[in-house]
Amino acid sequence: MKKFLPWLIMAICTIYFVVPLACTFEFSLRLKRGQYSFAAYANVFGDSRFQETFLYSTELAIATIVFGTLLVVPTAYWIRLRLPSLRPVVEFITLMPLVIPAIILVFGYVRIYNSSSLLPLTSASWSTDVLLGCSYITLALPYMYRAIDTGLQSIDIRTLTEAAESLGARWPSILFGVILPNLRVAIVSSAFLTFATVIGEFTMASLLDRPAFGPYLQLIGANRAYEPSALAVITFLITWGCMGVIQLLGRGRRGVAASAY
Amino acid sequence: MAQSSLETAAAPRRPATGVAPASWAWLGVAPFFLFAVLFLMLPTLHLVIGAFEDADGNFTFNNIVNLFTPQIMSSFWVTIEISMLSAVGGAVIGFLLAYAGVMGGLPRWVRPVLMTFSGVAPNFAGLPLAFAFLATLGRTGLVTALLFNVFGFKLYDHGFNVTSFWGLVLAYLYFQIPLMVLILVPALDGLKREWREASDILGGNAWHFWRHVAIPILWPSLVGTTLLLFANAFGAVATAYGLTGSGINLVTIMLFAQIRGDVLHDQNLGYALSLGMVVVTVLSNTAYIVLRARSRQGLR
Repeated sequence: MKKFLPWLIMAICTIYFVVPLACTFEFSLRLKRGQYSFAAYANVFGDSRFQETFLYSTELAIATIVFGTLLVVPTAYWIRLRLPSLRPVVEFITLMPLVIPAIILVFGYVRIYNSSSLLPLTSASWSTDVLLGCSYITLALPYMYRAIDTGLQSIDIRTLTEAAESLGARWPSILFGVILPNLRVAIVSSAFLTFATVIGEFTMASLLDRPAFGPYLQLIGANRAYEPSALAVITFLITWGCMGVIQLLGRGRRGVAASAY
Repeated sequence: MAQSSLETAAAPRRPATGVAPASWAWLGVAPFFLFAVLFLMLPTLHLVIGAFEDADGNFTFNNIVNLFTPQIMSSFWVTIEISMLSAVGGAVIGFLLAYAGVMGGLPRWVRPVLMTFSGVAPNFAGLPLAFAFLATLGRTGLVTALLFNVFGFKLYDHGFNVTSFWGLVLAYLYFQIPLMVLILVPALDGLKREWREASDILGGNAWHFWRHVAIPILWPSLVGTTLLLFANAFGAVATAYGLTGSGINLVTIMLFAQIRGDVLHDQNLGYALSLGMVVVTVLSNTAYIVLRARSRQGLR
């Protein structure tokens, strides 16, 4: 009897969380009248815009991960090694994207990087891609910084750095040959979390008018009946895949997902 | 760039030779600060300053005054209402769920499943979440159909619409509850077993323990996380846009339209709208950070 209440809570929540997923899957199979089929999925995968936007968002996610990591790792390393007094400042900055909504940031970008400004990033499509990539690095900053900083905490960077120096290593080899390999779990975790965040991002891509997967989802959502459900299932599987990798890597440690808060 | 790289390269060796900390050390974090200035500080500052300027760039409070029109005020209120309801609902249900999973005496496998799911679900937000709820509770959704076929209950005749206020709250709970669980479980883990034992030895029951020990320790995390959930819902765009289009006059949806096509016919009023949003999220997040610091002290 004592366990009745916990079971009840668990059961109600399970229903709430599982039913929408089940319904979405069921709905996505209903394209052909009177029978279940994967026709909606075939339509989605056969759509050239799906392929293009998905590829675009994947490329952008990879660029975000690479350049975000290159920005965050040296910073977090340097703060720990040489500038611990700046630590609160840097931590505060990395939390800002959680405080200021993405829509506000992108509004600012649209205004200060327009074609008549000093740095007209939105005047060409390639430079708008750069801007969108930087927006995504900004969005990922809280998770990335904390994941990598926690990773740095668990290795003795001072000893590693001194050992590398006494063996004659210069700073690029210290950073890329010693520090980065020791951080691979943290980096891969934050990479997958970033990928899950960026792949379907809508607001920024839409307002910067780039052909990303998020705006494509919106377009299909507004015009089709069953394909949106198929896309929701696909996106959910991608999210699960990414988070699954993180969980495997984390193995019982506090997840990166929670570490930003 | 090459020059600065060389100088930062030389820097780590200096402490070994006993020279005072090098003045060039800051160069190592210069790219980060440049990035922060370009993509966090300047954009926000630009909007904040723009909120206090007229079209010619003169200082004015007019934009702020113009926010107090019925349309804009109602959009702020409805956004705050939805965010509050989903935050408080998410916090209460999330607390119960975290409690059931961690301290409810359920089988061992429940906890990892709960934690894994709570790590994933907050990332399943935005348009796909909206699609999922339309497929579930929309006019042709499975649950809507089942309710009619099995119970003869016509959901849509009873004032429910998934694209309305309550539909949106219900959808937001899908990422709010797991987020609460994710943040709260470590706090629940911090409640020491000895405290419960001490309470039992002194003759206390479960109610006494929660009322006089657990809740006083947990309340900064509970209130703080609720505020975080509030800010989380307040800034959300895509879920609402996908579910309701512009059906609900949310302030984020209004701002979205303003950025797209100046629907307010006043650029600076758009900046003031952003300022209003920033004020709300900064207040709730600051309170969260203060309360989080307190709760960490309490659990030490």
